[in-house]
Amino acid sequence: MTTIESPRSGKISSGKIAPKYNRTGSSRGNFEMIAWLFMRLSGIVLVVLIFGHLFVNLLVGEGIHAIDFGFVAGKWADPFWQFWDLAMLWLAMLHGTNGVRTIINDYAEKDSTRFWLKMVLYAATLVIIILGTLVIFTFNPCPVVDGVQLPGGFCPAP
Amino acid sequence: MTTEMAEPASKIELPASVAGDGEIPTFHITLRVRRYDPEISDEARWDDYKLTMYGTDRVLDALHKVKWEIDGSVSFRRSCAHGVCGSDAMRINGRNRLACKTLLKDLDTSKPITVEPIKGLPVEKDLIVDMEPFFQSFREVMPFLINKGHEPTKERLQSVEDRERFDDTTKCILCAACTSSCPVFWTDGQYFGPAAIVNAHRFIFDSRDDAGDMRLEILNDKEGVWRCRTTFNCSEACPRGIQVTKAIAEVKQAILSRKI
Repeated sequence: MTTIESPRSGKISSGKIAPKYNRTGSSRGNFEMIAWLFMRLSGIVLVVLIFGHLFVNLLVGEGIHAIDFGFVAGKWADPFWQFWDLAMLWLAMLHGTNGVRTIINDYAEKDSTRFWLKMVLYAATLVIIILGTLVIFTFNPCPVVDGVQLPGGFCPAP
Repeated sequence: MTTEMAEPASKIELPASVAGDGEIPTFHITLRVRRYDPEISDEARWDDYKLTMYGTDRVLDALHKVKWEIDGSVSFRRSCAHGVCGSDAMRINGRNRLACKTLLKDLDTSKPITVEPIKGLPVEKDLIVDMEPFFQSFREVMPFLINKGHEPTKERLQSVEDRERFDDTTKCILCAACTSSCPVFWTDGQYFGPAAIVNAHRFIFDSRDDAGDMRLEILNDKEGVWRCRTTFNCSEACPRGIQVTKAIAEVKQAILSRKI
């Protein structure tokens, strides 16, 4: 008796769906929902933060001509602007990282490519967030190294 | 014994502007069909067929003409041929449509009309794809009425407003035009896909159904509604005019309002 194999794609003889088309098990959890919600909420907050930032830096007073080291130093002496910039840094980094994460998920075809692209992304995010946070909070306009005042011209001579 | 009178020829008066002497205009087309036969070659190829078609013909009629008169090996699915069974979804001139609902005169007949299998599903032969991955995700959303109450002795009554709530998603014919037009589905086929979500929507918002929460839980998945990027490919592809992206957004909102 001859058996007529079911004509399925990929390997005809296996009679099964090629494994890459098969649905893998479910992965429930609220992470994707929270990420989706975070994108919408952080987007709204970022619009306020970024346009506020641009307005204060570029339009108020002398505008763009007033921006120099002293201007930034003056802003970061104020806790309000420290937290404004901190919120902007964190929200923009997490918003952007999640956006790129979804792009990688959508476009990377191989699991290993997907994994390593995401690892590079997370590493870059972590470095920038930590470095940025450190800069905002430990910023010192008059750094003194080994008892010697670094040149800058903004600080009173000791 | 009565002799039957021969029925007089029916006659319909047509204004001269409609069709003149009743002749249907003809035109020449080139049908470019994506051919694939794994028993001959692993590579797919394009075959061109030059046809003379009528102004009332659809892409399906052109495919029939090829299969019946030129090349019997051309394979495609079709059952009802009138836009109801959902068998003949294919990619015509780069867009997913039903071959039986696409009139040739609406396409650009000066260029070859390309006909390909829908994307994202494994091709079995020519225009026939394996629909099993599509139906896997369809089955997962439990597309049937689940009611925990007592079985009524007559039909389950429903108000007009309650019926209206999910009217749009009852129109689905499972042709897979939406799911196979979704770029997220193309990536790895793991996304539930618009069709499965539409069919979940049909029961989630049905006042007679009691398993809405269960279906929302199923779709609150890594591969569930949150993978939708609202590119609207599905809404554009749907031959039944279902507002697919809107239905997906409503399911997203239902999950959110249930969780928060």
